[in-house]
Amino acid sequence: MSAPTTDVRSLTYVQAFNEAVRQCMEADDSVFCAGEDVGAFGGVFGSFAGLQARFGERRVVDTPISEQAIIGLGVGSAVSGLRPIVDIMFMDFLLVALDQVVNQAAKLKYMFGGKATLPLTITTAGGAGRSAAAQHSQSLEAILCHVPGLKVVYPSNAYDMKGLMVSCIREDNPTVMVKHKRLLGAKGPVPEECYAIPLGVAEVKRPGRDVTVVAFGRMVDESMRAAKRLAEDGIEVEVIDPRTLQPLDTATIVESAKRTNRIVVVHEAVRFGGLGAEIAAQIQEEAFDYLDAPVGRVAAPFSPVPFSPVLEQAYLPDADRIAAAVRSTLQRA
Amino acid sequence: MDPTPDVLRDLHRRMVRIRLFEEAAGRLAEAAKLPGFLHLYVGEEAVASGVCAHLSDADRITSTHRGHGHLVAKGGRFAPMMAELMGKATGYCNGKGGSMHISSLELGMLGANGIVGAGSPIAVGAAFASKYRADGTVAVAFFGDGSTNIGAFHEAANMACALKLPAVFVCENNEYGEFTPRSKTMAITDIVDRAAGYGMPGVIVDGMDVVAVHEAAGEAIARARAGEGPSLVEAKTYRFFNHHGVQNLGLKYRSDDEVAQWRQRDPISLLEQRVLADGSLSQADLDATWADGRAEIDDAIAFAEASPLPDPATLLADVYTETLR
Repeated sequence: MSAPTTDVRSLTYVQAFNEAVRQCMEADDSVFCAGEDVGAFGGVFGSFAGLQARFGERRVVDTPISEQAIIGLGVGSAVSGLRPIVDIMFMDFLLVALDQVVNQAAKLKYMFGGKATLPLTITTAGGAGRSAAAQHSQSLEAILCHVPGLKVVYPSNAYDMKGLMVSCIREDNPTVMVKHKRLLGAKGPVPEECYAIPLGVAEVKRPGRDVTVVAFGRMVDESMRAAKRLAEDGIEVEVIDPRTLQPLDTATIVESAKRTNRIVVVHEAVRFGGLGAEIAAQIQEEAFDYLDAPVGRVAAPFSPVPFSPVLEQAYLPDADRIAAAVRSTLQRA
Repeated sequence: MDPTPDVLRDLHRRMVRIRLFEEAAGRLAEAAKLPGFLHLYVGEEAVASGVCAHLSDADRITSTHRGHGHLVAKGGRFAPMMAELMGKATGYCNGKGGSMHISSLELGMLGANGIVGAGSPIAVGAAFASKYRADGTVAVAFFGDGSTNIGAFHEAANMACALKLPAVFVCENNEYGEFTPRSKTMAITDIVDRAAGYGMPGVIVDGMDVVAVHEAAGEAIARARAGEGPSLVEAKTYRFFNHHGVQNLGLKYRSDDEVAQWRQRDPISLLEQRVLADGSLSQADLDATWADGRAEIDDAIAFAEASPLPDPATLLADVYTETLR
């Protein structure tokens, strides 16, 4: 499923999120939202704008600044039959609540012999590029993907945001939906109907024969820019957006790598222990004999995210670095 | 108002069942028949029993690492409990949880928990669901004195009060956090002092007196059901066995005198003396309860020992729920 191109109104990434939540709340009274500033204020990024006015304080709940209790509210209400959407304002703040996320939400079903169901959606905002500095800019998706029991979703555009968020809310497992803060205002065609994009299905954003680039979140745009530039030099890059990071659509990535024989993985998180390491490992397990070059990785250096715009720019992967990595991969015999 | 003989019989039965289950578990652990950790509830029976006597299966509780007593008090059956402790496929959690994660969602028992303090935020969520549905149910968080020093407790207590949820916080103050006395880890003597900081009423109760616990818990639970918000009940109690297991590697962290003094206030003996003295129950009533419990525990051990181990092929089952829509 991919974005329609004609006759569809345009929404921003955050409006698409909001519409998914609103439509799911209209369809199912067991869906509710809770988090810091989500009520009258509508969320610091406008994610929940208008929802309390529409659904009332019963279903759109302002909470204290208590991340452990916010996730606990989600865990306890989900296991009691509700379908909570709990918001952790910044992804960095999830670390404050990791016990509830990792030791409780992710494990209850397994520990209870399968008898618990946790239809819990945790929403949060990750990523750098707004001079929000080291504690409001991180990309921590690899930590979450490492935890059995969680699903992790990271949309790169407005269309995917709505369809994936609908799937998260309908999902019967704890799911973390990561919004990228630099994409909040990014517009794209979003149909009005309540559509779902299945979790665990990648999208080929651009077909190409020479090199496969795997990117997610904001790095999809940067990769598409790099691909466009490289195309001017006759280099055809295939760009794959996994969209869901856990479970990861390895089959689509491996199939592409077998065709192009060269692959570069791009992410905004630091390189060491990032998702690129896992994807590279899976590629060499599944497609070793097809590779004409080592799997390339473009990622942030091993450093906290800096504040000053010039430092942050030096920190973040971009189209230039992606293009350079693709060329370097092609230079291998 | 004094409890009726039926209520007293019920409270006695809950406590006796916990005692018998825990003593049997301790013996099996000493015989190396139980894998893993074992945190026994012996000595604290009056707390879970006095509270859970007010709850139906639709009311939910969260528990602690010392959770068998809460499940028994909530109506847990010995056979699947014992099977779970032995890691058998027939256990409440199919052998995937064990002592520290024993649970029964159909009984409203949302799990023992290996993380100190983690149950309280989950109880807040359960209480939220009660209020959301306006179905008259409540959620009770059981926790120890030590867990009131962890942030999760504070966040949960504050949020429950801020959202005025039908939650009851029941502190089992047994005076030790693992092996360290409470006096070394907090500057207050009574956990109930914390209640005012969240804007909820708090009451101290003799946690060895099941009738007193029953009365205090009844008021707190009635308040929650009436939509008046959370309360804190601090039950002063004591664990007769050690932090884990029975003899606990012989570690010495409390005096024999102290243990002996508390054992003189055994909650089951106290209730039995009371009911015999006032004639509300007979010795035959009490004997029958013990006999029933012993028969159930013998059957449960036989069931658990005869039960199959989990099939290794089930290792990866139930990590995720298959979503059908």
